[in-house]
Amino acid sequence: MPEQILKIDKLNKYYGQHQVLYDISFEIQKGEVVALLGPSGSGKSTLIRCLNGLEQFQSGFLFFGGKQITPQEKNWPQLRQKIGMVFQSYDLFPNLSVLDNILLGPLKVQKRQRAEATAEALKLLQRVGLEKYAEVYPRQLSGGQKQRVAIVRALALHPELMLFDEVTASLDPEMVRGILEIIRELSERDNMTMIIVTHEMNFAAQIADRILFLEEGRILEQTPGKEFFQHAKTQRAREFLESMTF
Amino acid sequence: MDLSIMQQAIPQFVKAFELTLWLSFVGILGALLVGVCCSLLQYFKVPFLGKVASVYVELFRNTPLLIQLFFLYYAFPVIGIKLPAQVCGIIGLAFLGGSYMAEGFTGGFNGVSQSQLDAGKAIGLNKFQLARYVVFPQGFTLSVPALAANVIFLIKETSIFSVIAIPELTNTALDLVGLYYRSNEYLFMLVLAYAIILIPLSIILTILERKVRYGSFGN
Repeated sequence: MPEQILKIDKLNKYYGQHQVLYDISFEIQKGEVVALLGPSGSGKSTLIRCLNGLEQFQSGFLFFGGKQITPQEKNWPQLRQKIGMVFQSYDLFPNLSVLDNILLGPLKVQKRQRAEATAEALKLLQRVGLEKYAEVYPRQLSGGQKQRVAIVRALALHPELMLFDEVTASLDPEMVRGILEIIRELSERDNMTMIIVTHEMNFAAQIADRILFLEEGRILEQTPGKEFFQHAKTQRAREFLESMTF
Repeated sequence: MDLSIMQQAIPQFVKAFELTLWLSFVGILGALLVGVCCSLLQYFKVPFLGKVASVYVELFRNTPLLIQLFFLYYAFPVIGIKLPAQVCGIIGLAFLGGSYMAEGFTGGFNGVSQSQLDAGKAIGLNKFQLARYVVFPQGFTLSVPALAANVIFLIKETSIFSVIAIPELTNTALDLVGLYYRSNEYLFMLVLAYAIILIPLSIILTILERKVRYGSFGN
């Protein structure tokens, strides 16, 4: 019996009078990888940001680990420890070293012991090939290295769900692969549950168990990964895929 | 210009110089303190007190120090509060400066990018932790240029203390001019005295600005 991690039920979001998400409903089981695809402005990033409270939604429900989250949720700081997020612009804290970036959450939010948290942080850094960079400041890293640190920073809190918001979009092409490898390994080795917003179609095709195709704030179709790329259900999705391939 | 006249006035200028430095130092320290407090009240939107801070900042930023000093020195005794001139000067400088410093700090805090705030929230920081570990360290660095400009500005504002008879540099120079009718010499010394304080300070502050900028962001 697969364990449901996240359920979204008729979520609506407005900016003022302007509605940007319409009746979004879907579920994610533990270990599942869902990719959100769709043209720019379709609401993918807004949706993923609603899932950890960085954007407020106006109506509908989230259920995370069986617990109901309403639009008025006050307890996001607690919930976010279980929902890791990585951003397009990395957003490491420039005033902290790599190690301190990673430790901020475990030490200050989760009040863990420094020795134990540090050991784990170093192990995670080693896993992404950056064990030598613990004492370095973010400005001394390349974009790809920053993004790897950002992934480690999120993992250090032991999240149950990871949100990736176009994490390769501002990287040099040769850096992209390394990041995607790390994400794939997270899925294959750790069975991490993930929601991925991406424009890397080949990556989505390989890694995603399911594709949600969004346009203008609506989910047009939900299709298993492989199937979506071979024969998407909607005409619009087929056009989109066509436009993405050269 | 008569050098011997200038020479004779040196002891009086040195005394006034020291007093100007002292009043500036204490006043600016007070201004930083008042500024930090007001900025924090505004940042955390503390009920009532946050609003009070905002009203204070607007009121003091938009009235001249001259008028504020007149109130402190001439109007307050009418309601029974009589303060020595120098205390009035320091209080005036601290509260005028406090309003500018508050704006400086607030500007820095507001300058921290939304994406940094998002990143902080995403690792579970609550409102206070976000302020303590993300907004304040980065925002303070951003506010240093504004604070430095305020320091220079406030030192120059001490010249207004002359109107409530505090024997600082401007008051001393104008006194001497009145006594001996030698305006060129004394005014030259006055300009020189301010330059001796402000030019090195300005250079030091510029270096400091660069240090904090490179120190925390590196680009």
